[in-house]
Amino acid sequence: MAKHETPLLDQLESGPWPSFVSDLKQEAEKRAKNEKGLDLQIPVDVVEDLLGILELSYKHGKTHWKHGGIVGVFGYGGGVIGRYCDQPEMFPGVAHFHTIRVAQPAGKFYSTEYLRQLCNLWDFRGSGITNMHGSTGDIILIGTTTPQLEEVFYEMSHNMNQDLGGSGSNLRTPADCIGQARCEYACYDTQAICHDLTVEYQDELHRPAFPYKFKFKFDGCPNCCVASIARSDMSFIGTWKDDIRIDAEAVKAYVGGEIKSNGGAHAGRDWGAFDIQKEVVGLCPTGCMKYENGTLSINNKECTRCMHCINVMPRALRIGNDRGCSILVGAKAPILDGAQMGSLLVPFVEVNPEDEYQAIKDVIESIWDWWMEEGKNRERLGELIKRQGFQRLLEAVGIEAMPQHVQEPRSNPYIFWKEDEVEGGWERDIDEFRKDHKR
Amino acid sequence: MEQAEAQDLVVEGLKKKLKTKSKFYFNDIAKILEMKPRLAKKFVNKMVQDGVLEYWSSGSTSMYGLPGTGKQAAAEHED
Ligand code: HEM
Ligand code: HEM
Ligand code: SF4
Ligand code: SF4
Repeated sequence: MAKHETPLLDQLESGPWPSFVSDLKQEAEKRAKNEKGLDLQIPVDVVEDLLGILELSYKHGKTHWKHGGIVGVFGYGGGVIGRYCDQPEMFPGVAHFHTIRVAQPAGKFYSTEYLRQLCNLWDFRGSGITNMHGSTGDIILIGTTTPQLEEVFYEMSHNMNQDLGGSGSNLRTPADCIGQARCEYACYDTQAICHDLTVEYQDELHRPAFPYKFKFKFDGCPNCCVASIARSDMSFIGTWKDDIRIDAEAVKAYVGGEIKSNGGAHAGRDWGAFDIQKEVVGLCPTGCMKYENGTLSINNKECTRCMHCINVMPRALRIGNDRGCSILVGAKAPILDGAQMGSLLVPFVEVNPEDEYQAIKDVIESIWDWWMEEGKNRERLGELIKRQGFQRLLEAVGIEAMPQHVQEPRSNPYIFWKEDEVEGGWERDIDEFRKDHKR
Repeated sequence: MEQAEAQDLVVEGLKKKLKTKSKFYFNDIAKILEMKPRLAKKFVNKMVQDGVLEYWSSGSTSMYGLPGTGKQAAAEHED
């Protein structure tokens, strides 16, 4: 018998899709039974009370959670998000219900042993409710009391080799695609750099001094599996400078139907014979491919590395050999101002683990210097770029404007020069001038 | 600047503003110290470690305050 009646939540279970309400009920039951005989450190009925307070919010049409808090673990200004409910008498199990962000491993590789350890800890010291993974990338542990925070942190940091993630005005937990571990498209080792920068920027991750949140995300190629281009203040997208490698034999095999296009991903339905002209050449966004007399050729100077042809014929077409990444800046998906995609700042940079990614760190740090000084409170990098202009960004990071920065032909006829860009500056010698120009 | 001097400046500066607010952005504090943010951060970190300042976080935004000040503090020191 449930502790609280929840007719409105029950209704949510009636749809055809999996329901978080069913999941929560299952967890509530599991805690009540406590088959492992754990010495539960937070109220046994925490999940029941969570369902109860959510039902009440639905009934009232307003939230019963307060927002924010001063809780955390010692020395860290992030990783814990304090949550309190405003009906603690009615729902004592969720009087405090803090969220812990746990830094996910690069590429999200776990061992089952690790996951078991984490879940056991969370059953024992928290609500047992997890979110794998939040849109932040982190493992999210949802709901515990203030006294458990240090305990959970101690266990993770001393016995699980595990750190908390970022929250608040910090560097957020860097996130990356699975990269070279599984994927032939990866132009650099996303996991290695993600890990390196996470370790390098520990202070930025845990001690908030930024105007607002700041995110790095790493995609091994322009397929953008972690959607870095839309979701991170600095997005690192793998690319190459030389030519797409073509295996002419394999092209023939695709055309002849011996190899299924898209790795067989569309095999669920008969789409007819593979048509290289229509499905590859005709869909190239820059029109830089040709298929003539059984030979496929690419004008690589015009190719934008969109990945389409490679995705369709992965065994015939492969990424080039001269690899690195592009850096884009300023993406955000905020509530108030509308989403914004990243803008290209560095078309190509080497991703070099030998010198610990120095070229990339130089760009990062000059951007932080600029944003920390010029950014308003709660202003994301993308908003600062919009407010002060891309030109200011280029000056701040010491990069010259180049054709790749240009999105479209300009529509504004004015050019605003700065004094130091004009020979002789704004001063003139009137006598010199009068020699050639009468009054 | 010495840590003690920085601390006095910040505590004085924040106390003056306590009538109107109890939580402050990092940049408000850097301004009191008249320092570039990355330098100010070293002093502010130490003040948090020493319990002179405490963090507050909404989840997305972080702020700083003097311990025990503000409505929220009264509501949250549950013990
Ligand atoms: C109808 C109920 C709910 C809906 C539809 C909902 C939906 C969402 C969505 C769409 C996100 C962003 C996606 C993600 O990060 O995975 C999110 C994030 C989150 N939710 Fe919920 N949520 C609900 C209830 C709750 C409750 C009851 C709690 C805690 C008491 C909670 C805590 C969180 C937290 C902490 C995050 C941030 C996760 C992160 O750091 O990435 N949510 N929720
Ligand atoms: C109608 C009710 C709510 C509204 C209007 C709301 C609004 C917001 C807004 C505007 C932000 C970002 C701005 C900021 O404060 O820094 C935010 C962040 C957040 N909220 Fe709420 N919130 C609501 C309820 C909740 C509840 C019930 C929970 C948890 C039980 C919650 C958990 C969070 C978390 C964890 C974040 C940080 C997300 C992140 O940084 O990824 N919110 N919320
Ligand atoms: S982003 Fe590219 S490299 Fe990374 S997993 Fe996706 S397809 Fe592979
Ligand atoms: S990667 Fe895209 S732009 Fe380049 S040749 Fe292939 S389809 Fe064309």
